[in-house]
Amino acid sequence: MAAVLTRDIVKKFADVPAVNGISLNVPDGEFMVLLGPSGCGKTTFLRIICGLEKQTSGEVLIGGEIVNDMPPRARGVAMMFQSYGLYPHFTVRNNIAFPLRTQKVARAEIGRKVEWASQLLGIGHLLERRPRQLSGGERQRVALARALVREPTALLLDEPLSNLDAKLRASARLEIKQFQQRVGVTTIYVTHDQVEAMGMGDRIAVIDRGIVRQVGTPSEIYDDPADRFVATFVGTPPMNIVARSGGYLGFRPENFLPRDMINGEASTEFQFRVDRSEYLGSERIVYGAIEGFDPDQVITAKLPPAHVAEEWIRPGEWHAFAVRNSALRNFDKDGKRSSRL
Amino acid sequence: MVTIGESVIRPASRLRFILDRRDVLGSFFVAPAILYVLLLVGVPFLMALYYSVSAYTIYDPSWSFVGLENFEDIIDDPVFRQTLYNTFIFTFGSQILGLILGKFGALVLLRRFPGRGFVRAMIILPWAVPIALATVAWQWMFDSLYSVINWTLIALGIVARSDAPNWLGDPTLAMLSVIVVNAWRFFPFAIVIFLAGITAVPQDVLDAATVDGAGFWRRNYQIIVPMILPIVAIGLVFGIVFTFTDLSVVFLMTMGGPVGATSVLGFQGFQTGIVSGDVSHGAAISLFMVPVLLVVVIAMLRFIRRREI
Repeated sequence: MAAVLTRDIVKKFADVPAVNGISLNVPDGEFMVLLGPSGCGKTTFLRIICGLEKQTSGEVLIGGEIVNDMPPRARGVAMMFQSYGLYPHFTVRNNIAFPLRTQKVARAEIGRKVEWASQLLGIGHLLERRPRQLSGGERQRVALARALVREPTALLLDEPLSNLDAKLRASARLEIKQFQQRVGVTTIYVTHDQVEAMGMGDRIAVIDRGIVRQVGTPSEIYDDPADRFVATFVGTPPMNIVARSGGYLGFRPENFLPRDMINGEASTEFQFRVDRSEYLGSERIVYGAIEGFDPDQVITAKLPPAHVAEEWIRPGEWHAFAVRNSALRNFDKDGKRSSRL
Repeated sequence: MVTIGESVIRPASRLRFILDRRDVLGSFFVAPAILYVLLLVGVPFLMALYYSVSAYTIYDPSWSFVGLENFEDIIDDPVFRQTLYNTFIFTFGSQILGLILGKFGALVLLRRFPGRGFVRAMIILPWAVPIALATVAWQWMFDSLYSVINWTLIALGIVARSDAPNWLGDPTLAMLSVIVVNAWRFFPFAIVIFLAGITAVPQDVLDAATVDGAGFWRRNYQIIVPMILPIVAIGLVFGIVFTFTDLSVVFLMTMGGPVGATSVLGFQGFQTGIVSGDVSHGAAISLFMVPVLLVVVIAMLRFIRRREI
């Protein structure tokens, strides 16, 4: 197990940059999530770390060693793919054993390690089956076992949960996280799903158009976004951003409250015109506009529990809303975080 | 108003929507193909069965039944046994050579290089050129006097002019020559089959193998080849059936010679049954293809079914 460090990675396909200078430091044993929209370069970046793609410039260090010119097999990393990439003609046992066979590990040792990995993931009873006889969740575990069996320097996961249904995804999330903590392997996890990122990552790197917008713990990313992109990419519904003289003002929907809910603290008041109200069972979200700002700018508010079951705030009405000053975020005209209130 | 009778609601004619029924429409579409096979394969096959147990020749078209005498005759004939052996050598030799050329051709054509589209189009030529024309060209290349192959070998100093090989005159070399020509004809088909198979292997699986530490050869022979084996086997079944029954290369290039060294079943059946007019023995010779091909096809199809993934 080892730390992964990249310096100024650039990758261009023909002349189109996919990765635009990413420097990232993932300490030994950390669970790092790369979060970004489709096509932002996060998968390309992962493929560069494991050596499937060669960067145009920049350096990759694994365990303190520059691995730029090493082929994937010499880097000792393991990767798990979106569709798992299991070998359909091998049994589960041979799938898991394959990375050991390529390393020319002794036969007895292979048997022992396959046993260990399959016990760890609870797939001991599936060893003689072929991948097509497995369910999605089982395939994912086999892929994970195959990735871990040779005790990699780092584990790279490329959207591993996107092929699972919603229910299975929740349990798989928990499983991967617990598993990673138990084994303690350095993990880089690529996803476009912020729930996965927030729930699993020790730290998150938010990537957009080939550059890292912010690296931080989930709460840093959520509470203190470095720019407008991070602010609006993370959070459902996303942070409200309104233009204000020389910059932007941002506040989360759950901090945008009816004025009477705020007791005493310093706050900023808005007149809120409600256009639409959505009842989602455990929460109620209202959409509208605020007086004094662009009337076409849709502002969302996630109403506090007292307002969920009964509709106190109806479409067409004006209400006095407020945001605690401590929850306001300021961005300059370029969209960068300008101050902390 | 006088009611003459109850108004009758006539049910829609049963025939009106007859073509909307899948079973009817299906049989309707399949019928021409079945008719074609019955008339042009089934009937001749039955006639061959019949001729093979008769004493029918074009000089004496009597329909007398002779049992398995014709089969006994040809099995006792050493020339026929040589022919049967030749057919196996010819078929499997050219298939194996064609597959090897096909595999490497496919690997080359998968890489990006300038002019790949042009080469891909050209590679199909051996298949598209009429075999009669192509064989004339090959005949010149193997000619005892004008062989360009020999000229090259002599120019490179590999053989002396005095003992330059007589490609079509030496029994072993003649067999090698017809195998090479047939493999040359078959390999574009093999390339297409391999290309189709290799392109169908998911990139994730190949990437996984690369990260798992597999190099070029291991990826090829432990991942790609086993995964495309069912497709290749189908291609091979076609190749074997076509080659086993084929006589064109042999007929055009060597006429079975020298002294029967390249004679194959199809050629001998044709010579005996049509050219010499001994229809009953010709039919018996040709029928030897049936059990052999049946075994090959059944074995291959069973293998494919088992390997399906």
